[in-house]
Amino acid sequence: MPMIPFPFDYYRPATLQEAVALFGELDAGGKRPLYYNGGTEILTLGRMREVHTEAVIDVKRIPECRMLGRHAGMFVWGASLTLSEVHDAGLFPLLGKTGAGVADRTSRNKITLGGNICSQFIYKEAVLPLLVTDSLVRIVGPTGDRVAPIGQLFDQTLRLGGGDLLVQAMTATGYAELPYVTIKRRKSSAIDYPLVTIAAIRTQEGMRFAFSGLCAFPFRSLEMEDILNNRELPIAQRIQLASAALPGPILNDIKGSALYRKHVWSVAMTEAMEALEKGASIGR
Amino acid sequence: MAPGESGGSALAEIGRSVPKKESFYKVTGTARYTGDRTEARYLHASLKISPHAHARILGIDVARARALPGVRAIVTGADCDVLTGEEIRDRPIVARDRVRYHGEVVAVVVADTETQARQAVDLIEVRYEPLPVVQSPTEAMRPGAPILHERLGEYEKGPGVVPVPGTNIASIIYVRLGDMTQGWALSETIVENAISFKPSDHAAMETRSAIAEILPDGRIHVVSSTQAPFAVKMYMAKYFGTEAGQVEVEAPLVGGAYGGKAAIQLELIAYLASRAAGGRPVKAMYTRLQDMITAPCHIGLEAIVRLGSTKEGKIVAAHLTYRFDGGAYDDKSSDVARAAAGDCTGPYAFEHLHCECLTVYTNHPYASAFRGYGHAELTFAIERAIDALAEELQIDPWTLRMINIARPGDLAPTRDLLNESNLGDLPACMERMKALAGWDDWKVRQVDDFRIRAKGISCFWKNSSIDPNASSGAIVSFNVDGSMNLDTGVVELGTGTRTVLAQILAERMRMRTERIHVRSVVDTAISPEHWKTVASRGVFMAGRAVLHAADDAIRQLKAIAACVLRADPEDLELGDEEVFVRGDPHVRIEVKKICYGYMFPNGNTIGGQIIGRGAYTQRRMNPMNPFTGEGTPGPEWNVGAHSVEVELDTRDCTYRIVKAISVNDAGRVMNRMGALGQIKGAMSMGLSFANRETFLFDNEARVQNPTLRDYSIFRYGENPEYVVEFVERPCLDGPYGARALGEHGLIGMPAALASALSRASGVRLNRLPLFPERIWRARMGYADDSVSL
Amino acid sequence: MKEARCQLELRINGDTRLANAYPTDLLLDVLRDSFGLTGAKPGCRNGDCGACTVWVDGQPMKSCLLLAAECPGLEVTTIEGLKGGEMQRAFVEQFAFQCGYCTPGFIMNAEALSRLQPPPDEDTIRDWLQSNICRCTSYEEIRLAVREVIQRRSEGKLAEEAERLVEDGSGGMKGELNG
Repeated sequence: MPMIPFPFDYYRPATLQEAVALFGELDAGGKRPLYYNGGTEILTLGRMREVHTEAVIDVKRIPECRMLGRHAGMFVWGASLTLSEVHDAGLFPLLGKTGAGVADRTSRNKITLGGNICSQFIYKEAVLPLLVTDSLVRIVGPTGDRVAPIGQLFDQTLRLGGGDLLVQAMTATGYAELPYVTIKRRKSSAIDYPLVTIAAIRTQEGMRFAFSGLCAFPFRSLEMEDILNNRELPIAQRIQLASAALPGPILNDIKGSALYRKHVWSVAMTEAMEALEKGASIGR
Repeated sequence: MAPGESGGSALAEIGRSVPKKESFYKVTGTARYTGDRTEARYLHASLKISPHAHARILGIDVARARALPGVRAIVTGADCDVLTGEEIRDRPIVARDRVRYHGEVVAVVVADTETQARQAVDLIEVRYEPLPVVQSPTEAMRPGAPILHERLGEYEKGPGVVPVPGTNIASIIYVRLGDMTQGWALSETIVENAISFKPSDHAAMETRSAIAEILPDGRIHVVSSTQAPFAVKMYMAKYFGTEAGQVEVEAPLVGGAYGGKAAIQLELIAYLASRAAGGRPVKAMYTRLQDMITAPCHIGLEAIVRLGSTKEGKIVAAHLTYRFDGGAYDDKSSDVARAAAGDCTGPYAFEHLHCECLTVYTNHPYASAFRGYGHAELTFAIERAIDALAEELQIDPWTLRMINIARPGDLAPTRDLLNESNLGDLPACMERMKALAGWDDWKVRQVDDFRIRAKGISCFWKNSSIDPNASSGAIVSFNVDGSMNLDTGVVELGTGTRTVLAQILAERMRMRTERIHVRSVVDTAISPEHWKTVASRGVFMAGRAVLHAADDAIRQLKAIAACVLRADPEDLELGDEEVFVRGDPHVRIEVKKICYGYMFPNGNTIGGQIIGRGAYTQRRMNPMNPFTGEGTPGPEWNVGAHSVEVELDTRDCTYRIVKAISVNDAGRVMNRMGALGQIKGAMSMGLSFANRETFLFDNEARVQNPTLRDYSIFRYGENPEYVVEFVERPCLDGPYGARALGEHGLIGMPAALASALSRASGVRLNRLPLFPERIWRARMGYADDSVSL
Repeated sequence: MKEARCQLELRINGDTRLANAYPTDLLLDVLRDSFGLTGAKPGCRNGDCGACTVWVDGQPMKSCLLLAAECPGLEVTTIEGLKGGEMQRAFVEQFAFQCGYCTPGFIMNAEALSRLQPPPDEDTIRDWLQSNICRCTSYEEIRLAVREVIQRRSEGKLAEEAERLVEDGSGGMKGELNG
């Protein structure tokens, strides 16, 4: 049984410029092209006809997309790095470990950082560490090559223009020294989508949090952070107040009811905040 | 002495951990399963399935699909009016006029390639008129509930099947002992406990596959991932009016079955597809989604158990109501229910008993056999009630069980008299389990501020009910080097049965198992019949047949050797591939010199190639009376005792299964590591089922989690520590005393897990699976009615 | 619906092979249908079960999550091309499979895992092996097999033997079952 019930063409440009130009041509030709990194989502959703395209543009051998390292005080994460590569590099445990909560190891050998962030699924857990660290993203597209804070572009999803390609993310290296928490709670299986995933970090100014699974999109909420950093109140009360400031309704689906999700989030938040306030970290 | 034993000499081959004969194929990727067969001449079938759980089919438009290049045929319900089913013939092969479950097949496309078939399926347009759905036995029995099978009374049905036309009751069976009025009068304490769980899946890693072809002389050739090639042969002949000998079925290695591949479904579809394509070979493989919802699943159950007891803990009255959720078609559901009814009390002797056991139609995927065949289900109902009674009586749950366990001299619910051979030694299993679990040391323990450890226990019995005339055969032959070939009709599902059968042959022939060659494919045209590779009957029945075949071969060897050695056959012995004179062992001849006859130095030859044959049928079986339960549906009750230890985090009710213990009466352990693997694998499956496995239905009875992503099963490292031990009290009918083993690690696991978690959480948990959210809701007093449960 | 096949030059088990495939074809299907390498099994085609695991440039990956078109220039290794039989032998000796359907995928994953340096700890072993589903065993048997190989490898005892096996290409599988 073929997995994909519709035909598409496969392209593998060698450079960013080629990729963007190709996208433009194919788009103009009505091919509804998609950039293809790990491709796992295009394949699985395509099988269910939840994604349609007539052309995929495989970008994962473009050197800029494969970059991994430090540059000018920043970690540079090529969008085509697999989640396994990001994890195994060990440069930034919050990102590595949060990404390592996605799917399973051999899937993560294929799933890329960029693919996860630009996913159609609602979880996109790899974006959480980028949100709490005010990371930068480099986008190449028909309007050129630009760098922007992720907070400006990420609102439920990464807001890209037509033909825009996420090339890299960049995180100030100093964040790797800070206490952090990454917690993922699932319904029952070791491999599953989250009931809730929390990525958090404690800076000089206070704690920062980003969540996935709680609402129908990943988010970081400054309003909630203000409440959660109000040390005049006990942790339990801060969590209670913060839950009233969620940016959307709590998910209620086959993984968990909204009632239980909220409870699980509260328990995990208690654990996270107690650790961070002590300056301790929690990894997977 | 048990069959096979000759007394005195120690067994060399029985008990030895011989790796499965097909081991090196399986670790190198060379093992071939049905779907691995690829031939250029094959056409490919793809299925259009119903998105509705209950709907009238208003019309099917195949024109666009038919016009696609490569499409050879399209089959719809209009092409075949045969109704199928082993108990009740209630199921069309392809839906006609109406669909009754989400995933039901409405059309089949046959095309040159899989891609073409799949693309054509997408172009078939089916117009439906949705109908109200029935989601549970309780709903199905409510007055005014939609009736799934209006023509229930007209369906052809097997003996002992008692449908109630005009209702959704597919079959009903009663079991009665003693006098309930008297029983309740004797009861000083009465408890009632209700349990339930929805249908779930087998989730074998190999999805079901079948290849069918109609040969020029009308013969039907089928290759299938089936546990029951001989049943496929029999039923296909019956359904399609062919002579039995005209159907040939091959069963290659099967990639996991657990009962789910005993059902006959895809073979019939592949046959219709081949017929529509002029008899050309058509290959059909279920996708994972179809394997989960289109193919038969694991049965659901709602049960109410009421127990009456003296204050000392002697249970004197039991009223049992079992309502199995058989789904949209009966298949084997009513037989699963019958098996559950036969052993309805669990391993206890209740003097006064009334059991009403129903199989109910719902708009769920239909159920078939699942490892344990109704026993994990009834055991969950009984054992949860026993725990509730223990709590009520303030008696230790282990002690309460020991007080009531059935012993030799007691009657089974079927009124069979129990004895030391037909009943395994459960008290011995219970004693050993108690020691291994440290049951007397502690049962609940606070670990830290949030974590509580607790233990739970259960025990069970299972009789292997099969058709009373089911038979099994074996053929043995020799190679010129004196090594042997063994053929039986037992399909190799991964249980290692064919290897154990080789061990039985080797033991009897007093040679090494490594010198026995076993085919890994069953072909009904060649292999002797084995009814079905189900019910943990492979070793028992085929093992007896192998012993007969070995004896037949030995007799022939001795006859030739007697001539050559000029000795009375009765004075001859066989050992180490030689026949020798018992009282003068240096007078001997090698088996390889006589197994193809013996050639004298001058060329004269006597005898010919030796072929041994054997067959076995279980003794004095007869079906249960559906109004009293009386009968002898199976030969022996095999038993075991389980324990599970958990650590519950009381904050979010997540938990870790720390340890699981199983002590089983194996009768005789035939292959130690194989037996441990069977028990541990079954425990794992039982725990996974109890911990997380269920279909999740929406309000329209559509399955919400038909992928292995959303229907999760245990993964590496989620398993607890397993502790497995055996008691060995031989069954005098089993080869070398062996008892059934393949299902028995599973049966008590759900009950033991629920017992431990109830103890840890302080609330009685009676619904499966035991999702942390379910436990949390029970503790908080919230309703158990979320989309996630 | 029209779709053009393309010629792909693939490196499979050390050989260069040509496949006439559609751009939408999965590596899994090309391995099975074009080359008869049916050791990789289509357990779910959704990246959930791991039965189709192969190596791509030495990394275990699910061949249902790869297009064949992605693979030119990469070394694909399937269970049929696995050299060195220690993991396979350990699976046999520990009874680490029953039906065997998940086994090739498990072994490909476990074998890659066992070659990690430094040797993987329990957490890493669990993390990797949770990529595959086995429905028959209790996983304890698999754990024992994998740990045994990892331990032997970390002790270096098999270093020489492994090299020899790779050279003679037998995978050390000859006549191991007897005795």
